[in-house]
Amino acid sequence: MSEALVHLLQLVVSGVVTGGIYALVAMGFVVVYKATRVINFATGEFMMLGAFFAWTAMSALQAPFAVALLAAVAASALLGTATERLVLRPLLGQRTISVIMVTIGLAAIFKGLAQIAWSGDYRSYPPIFPRAPVELGPVLLPSRQFYPFLIAVAAIALVGLAFRFTRTGIAMRATADDQMAAFGMGIDIRRVFSLSWSLAAMTAAVAGIVVGVIGGISPQLGAIGLRTFPVVILGGLDSIGGALLGGIVIGVLENLAGGYVDPLLDGASLKEVVPFVVLVLTLMVRPYGLFGTREVERL
Amino acid sequence: MLIGNYKETYASDEALFRTPATRAWMAVGALAALLFPFLAGDYLLYLADLMAILALGALGLNILIGFTGQISLGHAAFMGLGAYTTAILASRLGLPFWLSIPAGGALATAAGMVVGVPSLRIKGLYLAIATLSAQVIFEWVFTNWTSVTGGIRGLNVPPASVAGFRLDTDGRIYFLIVAVTVVHFLLASNLRRSRWGRAFVAVRDRDVAAEIVGVNLFRTKILSFMVSSYYAGIAGGLWVYFTKVITPESFPLSLSIQFLAIVIVGGLGSVKGTVYGTIFMTLVPEVLKAGTGVARAVWPDAQSYLFPLRDVVFGLLIVVFLIFEPHGLAEVWNRVKRFFSLWPFAK
Repeated sequence: MSEALVHLLQLVVSGVVTGGIYALVAMGFVVVYKATRVINFATGEFMMLGAFFAWTAMSALQAPFAVALLAAVAASALLGTATERLVLRPLLGQRTISVIMVTIGLAAIFKGLAQIAWSGDYRSYPPIFPRAPVELGPVLLPSRQFYPFLIAVAAIALVGLAFRFTRTGIAMRATADDQMAAFGMGIDIRRVFSLSWSLAAMTAAVAGIVVGVIGGISPQLGAIGLRTFPVVILGGLDSIGGALLGGIVIGVLENLAGGYVDPLLDGASLKEVVPFVVLVLTLMVRPYGLFGTREVERL
Repeated sequence: MLIGNYKETYASDEALFRTPATRAWMAVGALAALLFPFLAGDYLLYLADLMAILALGALGLNILIGFTGQISLGHAAFMGLGAYTTAILASRLGLPFWLSIPAGGALATAAGMVVGVPSLRIKGLYLAIATLSAQVIFEWVFTNWTSVTGGIRGLNVPPASVAGFRLDTDGRIYFLIVAVTVVHFLLASNLRRSRWGRAFVAVRDRDVAAEIVGVNLFRTKILSFMVSSYYAGIAGGLWVYFTKVITPESFPLSLSIQFLAIVIVGGLGSVKGTVYGTIFMTLVPEVLKAGTGVARAVWPDAQSYLFPLRDVVFGLLIVVFLIFEPHGLAEVWNRVKRFFSLWPFAK
């Protein structure tokens, strides 16, 4: 195979890896948005806290990785529920700006607390996976990208299946579809809201751990949450399939821009803005995203 | 106690400051503002300048969010645009401040017009994210268009001067900054009562209903974006002459969020509230700084917790105000006033 083609494949494959992680983060957004019509600007901070929980379990308590992952997910679930109960519920039905701002406020609180608890230093997990890079045909992937990617895919599949087949998942989808009807059929809406937040916090924790394994952990880890907005907008704010596709499209585009355009611009990195340019274009052409529900206003 | 609303002339009906008491307080305030730079120390002057600039920027955002109900997470980008325009005109072409600052405002207005266009199709959360991308893209341009903006090293700007008198200290530039800010606050108070201001509020409360009673939605929304970015651009221009150096890091997303916090804490849609919010949100970190300075005597590590603590307090303020005091400090102030004017008949 020619060198140029291998280079392209390499970029696409690592783009898919990045995209898988974006998709996982985006699912956290979608789950909350579907149920409660709130965009959680603190998603990145939930990721960061999840990553730190797992790090603490591994380094202070010497827990094996799998146990640490589960412990972090459990702790995040509690955190998600508590957040919904204490902060979001009093603001149910308020204007959009209030709901946006309250999650931004939460993000600041979490970030500050994490810095107090774990300091601002960079940390990394103890080695978890075999070190040898993984060969996929002609493409080489570093092991610390490949295995976390598998975890991300497994988590996406798990959440997707739970949403599709479990009783709770069906209750959540029903609530998203028509709140009044769901309420009439005996679904406890408040419980659904609280479950959505804990589910979102759980997916965020897994995503945070995945990102932490790849690039290290610090209170700044949450910044990646911001980069997921283009993904959810492209896919549609209330579509899980859209989050998946959007994640991969943005991941690949970003990597291609980084691989082909950035070497031509001296010092500038187009990679950083490509997702946001895609976002602007999406909003111009299809404001509700590829698979989102078109909002129809009835008077 | 104000017990009647009796007016004999149209002029008194249209007056901005309606009661003799208000006029007296405004006069006292103006006098205090004039004397302040001669009495205050460097640190207080620095804070006053900073607050006046932030208040001007926040007022722009309040016009957009509080009056018109449109959300922007990219307000700092418009301030940056105004600031860069001013800085480039002043440092490269040597334009005086009374040309370069309005030019910055004009360019920001034009950019606001462009960014405002999608607001007709998209609302609420989607609009918030669209403006967020404006923030990211503008910031990227400031950093990477090195030949024009000077990249990360930024630009140095000569101080403003009036007829050979250089406004090169915080005390001298104070007069320029405060004068511009005060004028723009008066303009905003009047805007609120004008035909356009009422159209803004109508769009905020129910856009479809506003359109039915004859408000042109598109023009109103765009105008609101333009006014808002104009305020930000002017604030950016003042910022340039205040700091005399400009880098892309001066206008990050966190500044946009700071503006939002000022608007929320001060009171959505309240011109006075913007002032209270700015003072409050600027003083809280300073008080924390002083507090950790004192705590260092007993606890040497206190200083290292200052920044994270600032984040936590900042976030807590936003959350607590939204949940318990959604109308902000303006409403708190009104309550206090009411308490005293009704005392002892009601509480």
